[in-house]
Amino acid sequence: MPWLIELLKAIGLAVVIFTFLAVVAAMLGVYLERKISGWIQARLGPKHIGPQGLLQTVADTVKLLQKEHITPRHADALIFNVAPVIVAVAALLDWVVIPFGKLGDRVLVVRDINIGVLYFAAMSSVIVIGIIAGGWSSNNKYALLGGLRSASQMISYEIPLALGILWAAMVAGTLSTVGIVDAQVRQGSWFMFKLPSPIGWFGLPFGILASLTFLTAATAEVNRVPFDLPEAESELVAGYFAEYTGMRFALFQLGEYGEMFGMAAVATIMFFGGWTEPHLQPYMWLLVTLGCLVVAAVILTTGLRQTLLVRPILMLAGLGLLLSLVMFFGTRAGLSQVLPSLMWFLAKMFALVFFLMWMRWTYPRLRLDQLLTLSWKVLLPLGLLNLLATGFVLTVWGR
Amino acid sequence: MGELAAFMILSLVTLIPAVVVVTSSNIVRAALSLVPTFLGVTGLYVMLQAEFVAGIQVLIYAGAITVLILFVIMLTEGGTGVRTRQLNDQVPLGAMAAVWLAFVLIVIFTRTGWPTAAGVLPAYNVVAVGNAFLSDYVLIFEVTSVVLLVSLVGAIVIARRED
Amino acid sequence: MPKVLLDWFYVAVFAVVGTLMAVLPLVVVWLLAPRADLPQKTITYESGVIPFGQAWAQFNVRYYLFALVFVVFDVEVIYLYPWAVVFRQLGAFAFAEMLLFLLVLLVGLAYAWRKGALEWV
Repeated sequence: MPWLIELLKAIGLAVVIFTFLAVVAAMLGVYLERKISGWIQARLGPKHIGPQGLLQTVADTVKLLQKEHITPRHADALIFNVAPVIVAVAALLDWVVIPFGKLGDRVLVVRDINIGVLYFAAMSSVIVIGIIAGGWSSNNKYALLGGLRSASQMISYEIPLALGILWAAMVAGTLSTVGIVDAQVRQGSWFMFKLPSPIGWFGLPFGILASLTFLTAATAEVNRVPFDLPEAESELVAGYFAEYTGMRFALFQLGEYGEMFGMAAVATIMFFGGWTEPHLQPYMWLLVTLGCLVVAAVILTTGLRQTLLVRPILMLAGLGLLLSLVMFFGTRAGLSQVLPSLMWFLAKMFALVFFLMWMRWTYPRLRLDQLLTLSWKVLLPLGLLNLLATGFVLTVWGR
Repeated sequence: MGELAAFMILSLVTLIPAVVVVTSSNIVRAALSLVPTFLGVTGLYVMLQAEFVAGIQVLIYAGAITVLILFVIMLTEGGTGVRTRQLNDQVPLGAMAAVWLAFVLIVIFTRTGWPTAAGVLPAYNVVAVGNAFLSDYVLIFEVTSVVLLVSLVGAIVIARRED
Repeated sequence: MPKVLLDWFYVAVFAVVGTLMAVLPLVVVWLLAPRADLPQKTITYESGVIPFGQAWAQFNVRYYLFALVFVVFDVEVIYLYPWAVVFRQLGAFAFAEMLLFLLVLLVGLAYAWRKGALEWV
């Protein structure tokens, strides 16, 4: 029975992806967030539980599993329970269209839905409902206000998000995620840097504008600083999830972190070539090796040796060294794919996630009216103009 | 056979929350029940292989319109969970009108000769829709932008009058 | 089965399995966690003081205005999706059509801007 096989495959993949989200996005993501925040704030994050503190989030999860579920009085119990599930499931559903790599001819994606990126945008808009439901059903003014403000912020940034997606869909000529990466492969370069020939490098400003629009909107969509007013600890006491305890709170966090990783994944697919390897000349990889050696030397010999950042920077420099050496010898030997595509996809996604976390401790929080002004009066007109300008350039000079 | 089962499930997912929307005395619950209704309709569109319309249905209905409805409800009296009265003195008259309408609809449905010849589905909906409204239905497309403009202006005028 | 139906069948299965897996930890908590129903625990949290007043927010038209402008622009974005996919094949005419469409809507945005529908304060 063919449908039974498909059903079992679908169930298996759902379990795998949910576990990936729970382990990588939630546990590893929270751990990375705490470690990176620590380093940026001149302290060491978690370091006691497990080697280098890696099992910290596991311990946290075990703790949360035995916390009591408190339902506030006069709260709408049904909706109160359903809201975190909505957020978590919508974040999970986002991952159906994301391709992780390519093995031979097979693309590692759950299903390459024809309307891929439109589906992604649609699932992101369903999360808003979970947030409003959670905020209202808590029977708490602050939660309700936080939920409504969060919803206003998220819907305001959905348009620039869609405009970023549209830009990539326009240049690629398809809405399918695999199609967008394939278009970049055909073009030979990433959409962020170049438009299809004969435009080439003249597309750089359009690509940068589009990716910045998308990344800003993505940061606002997942309620991260500098757009986290609705859940700011100092302002609204965690906003819409103020009354949520224990595992329900963890489900909201799973949804948010899963969504953040999803946005990073879609950004790598649309602007940074997804699973493709950067095609640089061998001598350029040699330059990267040299750069990592210089960084390591500077750290080890100067006074920077005493600071907190020694170990992470040395680690990164060491990894960079290893990577570029491998790439140098690989491209010298003429291999078409030196390192597995899954590794490249994950590396790019984590690089973007790191960038998002870095932004968190670099910028102050925006006030709600500043945030909404940014979306409606800056990003929306800019996004539309970018779309029109790129369309014009593609029509007149494209093929 | 599987298609019939899927249709049954999707119809239940669409109709039962729809009944909740109409009969629930808690307005917020009624509004939130709209979401499974819209998702059921999305499934029905998918069964017709109208993928693009299904995506739009989720994006606009479950994403934008439900949010709009929820905002309005939560910021007015309904947000307190006040129970509204569902039945008033016109129930018998309303029931008669509903029965009559159902009768008329059933007669129309059973008497129409529905054409059962299979059509040709385009391979990729989005391309077909795009080609259609950029070449054959251009005028309608441009008029739609005017309709959107008019609705935006009208709603702003009405909402601002509250100040 | 046609590809479209299979794709969305996977989505439906994901939704069901995802819901079950999301509910699973909640069930674990229901089994493991202590339950002490003290009345003080269920009082609404309001930074330590006893809450007063109804738990609803005063109506403010700005929430509605933002949601409204969002709906209109979301519908506009929907028209942009098929255009983005096909316009390369259709040439300059398609671009001009969309330009006209967007200009009309930019007039709408300008109107909303001028009338203060996009102000929060």
